[in-house]
Amino acid sequence: MPLLQIDKLAKQFGGVKALDGVDFHIDEGEIVSVIGPNGAGKTSFFNVISGMFAPDSGSIVFDGDHVAGHLPNEITKRGIARTFQNVRLFPNLTVLENVMVGQHCRTSQGLFGTIFQTKAQKAEEQLIEDNAKEILSFFGTRLTGYRHDQPAFALSYANRRRLEIARAMATEPRLLLLDEPTAGMNPKETIELTQLIEKLRSERGLTVVLIEHDMKVVRDVSDRVVVLDHGVKLTEGDYDSVSTNEAVIEAYLGRPTTEASS
Amino acid sequence: MSRDSYVTRWGLIGGLGMSFTGAIGMINSFDERILINPILSMGYLTLFGLPAVVGYVAAKGEVNILEEPVHDIADGALKGAGTGLIAGVAVALFVLFTNTFDVTDFFPNMRQTMVDVMTLHLDLVIGLITLIVLSAAGGAVGGLIYGLDDKARGGVRRATLWVIVFALFELVVTDIIDIEVITDLIYARGGGLQTWSALIIGGLAWWLGERYQGKVSEFTAMARESEQGSRLRWSLIGVAALGIVVLPMLVGGIVNELLINVALFVLMGLGLNIVIGLAGLLDLGYVAFFAVGAYGMAVLTSPLSPAFSPELNWWVALPVVMVLAAIAGLLVGTPVIGMRGDYLAIVTLGFGEIVRLLLLSDWLTPFFGGAQGMTRIPGIAIGPWTISGTSPELFIYMTALFVGIAAYISHRAQDSRVGRAWAAMREDEDVAEAIGISTVQAKLLAFVSGAVIASFAGALFSAKVGTVFTNSFDVVVSLIILVVVIVGGMGSIRGVAIGALVLIGVLGGPKSQGLLTEFAEFKLLIYGAILVYMMLKRPEGLLPSVRRSRELHLEEAEQDAWLQKKGDSSEDEEVEATT
Amino acid sequence: MFAGVSTAAPEVAKTRRFKFNWVDGFLWFIRVAAIITIVVGITGSIQKFAGGGGPSVEAWRDLIISSISTGSMYGLIALGYSMVYGVLGFINFAHGEVFMSGTMVGLISATILFNNGFWDSNPYVSILLVLIVAMITSMLVAVVVERVAYRPLRGAPRLIPLITSIGVSFFIQYAFAGLFGVAIRNYPPAPASLARDFDILGIPVEGTKLLVISVAVLSMIGLWYFVTKTKTGSAMRAVAEDKEIAGLMGIDVDKTIVTTFAVGGAMAGVAGLLWALLFRGVDFLTGFLPGIKAFTAAVLGGIGNLPGAMLGGVLLGLFEGVGPLLVLDGLGIPAVSQLKDAVAFAALVLVLIFRPSGLLGERLGSEERA
Repeated sequence: MPLLQIDKLAKQFGGVKALDGVDFHIDEGEIVSVIGPNGAGKTSFFNVISGMFAPDSGSIVFDGDHVAGHLPNEITKRGIARTFQNVRLFPNLTVLENVMVGQHCRTSQGLFGTIFQTKAQKAEEQLIEDNAKEILSFFGTRLTGYRHDQPAFALSYANRRRLEIARAMATEPRLLLLDEPTAGMNPKETIELTQLIEKLRSERGLTVVLIEHDMKVVRDVSDRVVVLDHGVKLTEGDYDSVSTNEAVIEAYLGRPTTEASS
Repeated sequence: MSRDSYVTRWGLIGGLGMSFTGAIGMINSFDERILINPILSMGYLTLFGLPAVVGYVAAKGEVNILEEPVHDIADGALKGAGTGLIAGVAVALFVLFTNTFDVTDFFPNMRQTMVDVMTLHLDLVIGLITLIVLSAAGGAVGGLIYGLDDKARGGVRRATLWVIVFALFELVVTDIIDIEVITDLIYARGGGLQTWSALIIGGLAWWLGERYQGKVSEFTAMARESEQGSRLRWSLIGVAALGIVVLPMLVGGIVNELLINVALFVLMGLGLNIVIGLAGLLDLGYVAFFAVGAYGMAVLTSPLSPAFSPELNWWVALPVVMVLAAIAGLLVGTPVIGMRGDYLAIVTLGFGEIVRLLLLSDWLTPFFGGAQGMTRIPGIAIGPWTISGTSPELFIYMTALFVGIAAYISHRAQDSRVGRAWAAMREDEDVAEAIGISTVQAKLLAFVSGAVIASFAGALFSAKVGTVFTNSFDVVVSLIILVVVIVGGMGSIRGVAIGALVLIGVLGGPKSQGLLTEFAEFKLLIYGAILVYMMLKRPEGLLPSVRRSRELHLEEAEQDAWLQKKGDSSEDEEVEATT
Repeated sequence: MFAGVSTAAPEVAKTRRFKFNWVDGFLWFIRVAAIITIVVGITGSIQKFAGGGGPSVEAWRDLIISSISTGSMYGLIALGYSMVYGVLGFINFAHGEVFMSGTMVGLISATILFNNGFWDSNPYVSILLVLIVAMITSMLVAVVVERVAYRPLRGAPRLIPLITSIGVSFFIQYAFAGLFGVAIRNYPPAPASLARDFDILGIPVEGTKLLVISVAVLSMIGLWYFVTKTKTGSAMRAVAEDKEIAGLMGIDVDKTIVTTFAVGGAMAGVAGLLWALLFRGVDFLTGFLPGIKAFTAAVLGGIGNLPGAMLGGVLLGLFEGVGPLLVLDGLGIPAVSQLKDAVAFAALVLVLIFRPSGLLGERLGSEERA
């Protein structure tokens, strides 16, 4: 049984069909790329899965449970975490705090424990901090040491992207949705991130769906590629079959004959 | 913009400001208060302080961040004098106008006594000339101060600040020293500092400041950063606590009364600080929870409660009141969960007014006394004693206790799981929701904790005064608590304390007078001016929390500057902001 | 917001677990309770009326007419809120004070005209003169406030201008208290020719109220023409849509914003005169309540929508004028007129719960109210 099973997912925004009956599934431990030209509905796809928008119709089954239309925080708690296309960190919290916040849904101490400094609260705070530091150390030395106490806005662009992944990891997900994780990175950083995605699976046991424009990343990292265009799934398969598929090429480049005649 | 036009522009602004203070009766009213006997009253400080300020600004000219600012004494003084001169001529024309035409029908404060004070009680012509000359002199002094080098300017600033502080806090200082021989040395019998004691205080402030300022900032840096600083921090807190214990014994009833007011506002400020400073929810109806606390306590303890009168002990009633406040927090919080920013502000304001209007209405009079209010609310019983407003020197400890509790709660909450969730929600609500924070829970928790803290203040207030009337729960109270939080620094506990001390203690609260009773009519005017000034120039408040100050300076350039400046503390800026 | 209210296809809905959400539940409870209260209240009032109790038909008619005239004054103030919100995206809390400054300074001119007899000899010319004075004053105050307090805050986090406007509001209020004193002052009485009733479609309407309603309607039409037909008006709409793009298209954004404040101020000035005609008494706090109510009216009609502001104003006038007597009195609550303001605020809360985008608002969904 797949980890995430999506059937006939549809979402309209005022007459524009962002998603028009998309079927999708991903098995535990898979890495799947979602590609497609601009405006194909990729980010809407993520927004609906992560609960930021409720779908108009269709079902989303995660690990055997229907989650369509649930609140984002409930979906995160069930084990789906995401990053955003235009990096949305909490810019004025420190790097460490950004990750610690991610642990929120896995911890439970409320105001009472905080005020009375219960043992459980202290232990949990310590645990949150340790976990956060451990997650940050996953990125090598990039986000450790003095960077822990730096406000997030002071980070370089690539580091912000990494921090956002770290924050998503802190929610202890089973499925990670990465929205253009390499956008704006230089080639070296891109290669590093490609390896990191691989490591997320091998070391952390995560299942990953990523939206990506860089075809090299898509080729290197994905087990399977899904192509969206105008809210419809064009095709799916391994990278080679997809990259030679005519419908896909057409979607990206336009139809040569009609282009010429119009 | 050319430098001359700066002089003209600021001169006219200065003249307008001086005329305005005259026209609203501020100069006359402030003239009653003598600062330095016999030469300077607060009225004249205001009148001639204004040209000094505009002179300073005009001498500063356009700020160009790429160039080192030029500090030149002669140039500064000249420009300042020019600015002051223009201001003086403008205000002289205004005085002349007031003297010639009778407009008291419309502008009751533009009367002969205003002309008398503004012409320094001299003949009209001589008086006007003196006014212009002194205004020019004031401007020159302002410009000259800008022209001084950094060290001397800091000295002047400190000296002025401390002389004014000593002059304004005459009542507190005499209460604390309480030995007539010494206070007579400092203060004149008719009020105000002695001229020579003012000189000594100024000189001391200059000299001591110069000598020890470096060490002080070193010391605070150490207390803030280092490992051994932790012990130092605790000893500082200990000293502060000791001060809180000892101070009420030294000062008299009036000052204690003031301190209680301040403490109640600190309490409410801390509560509102959780809602707005930590969770980022702009609540303009916060006073409703204060009302719940006060009325709840009144109903539960007063024998004259019209409908239901269990006559509980204060301590027994307190938990009930807290629960009521928590419910009120949920009731107000739930409908507004989907609203953000401005909408939230205006709806909470509406809620606050609804509560007050209902309490006042005939409909609920059988329960809450309506316009007659609730009376005979007993004090707080501790063993055989009862503490109420009649013994302010004891009651202050009660309020201090609850302030301590509230401060502790805020302090703990800030860096906890809950506090982080609030911070995340404040920064980006959608993302907070997406990473697994239930914003519904977080918002309700903020509303409820804020409400409970406000109910403490309400419960203390009703026990202190012994009566509650709806006019203590006007919307203006909500707004003033907001000003306290903002002026002090959103998200900062020390900030709230300083904000309340400066605003409520010195200027006065919505229904109570401050230390400077002359401010009574003008305090809300000054509140407004301070609020606008702070928002334009220092939105993070006097003692900001680090997070908040980052947030409020969005531009990258400023953020970078902040990062660089983070090392050397903002001691100097704080002085600038308070002067 | 994101709560699971979705129009899912039936076969999917079956598979979805029913989820109860406390917040939604509570909001539904409020909705139902509000409707029940209103229905019960109205039924009670009707029974009372049928039984010969309560106000007479004439009293109801007069109440409705005066509510509409008060409401159209709220509508004029609401226009200023709506326009500023449309262009800058924040509630200009000080707009009520802009209105107050118009009526206070208008009072000076009215008193002078009254003292030299011109008010009695040429009442309508006098009213026109006072109108001009009030409009110019409010316009100036609005523009100066924009220049001094709001312009430096372009691009600041959105709560900062709101908090600033609270400060401005305090400042203007107490500046006027200092200048004019704190006593309530009265405008000279309206000319005798306005005190009598006029016959409108068989309904007698008091002259003052007729004048108020017609001035409000005329101002509204003028504003509508200005915004939709003139070049400046289209610049305003462009800036409201997107400041940056408007700037790139060669529109002077700062100038347009000043114009917005000026026009909004002028409308508040007109409202200032209408207030004087309706109530005569003014003081430095005159602006506060009408200001908040006008904001409610703007929200009610759909903020950013100009006809909506006017409609919202009239509706709010009716709610607070007729509502207490119609609903609360029927519930057996004594002295309902005391609760007039509470009804207005309750209307605000209910509107935001029932229909946050307002009656005519389509531009601003709950998503955008960030």
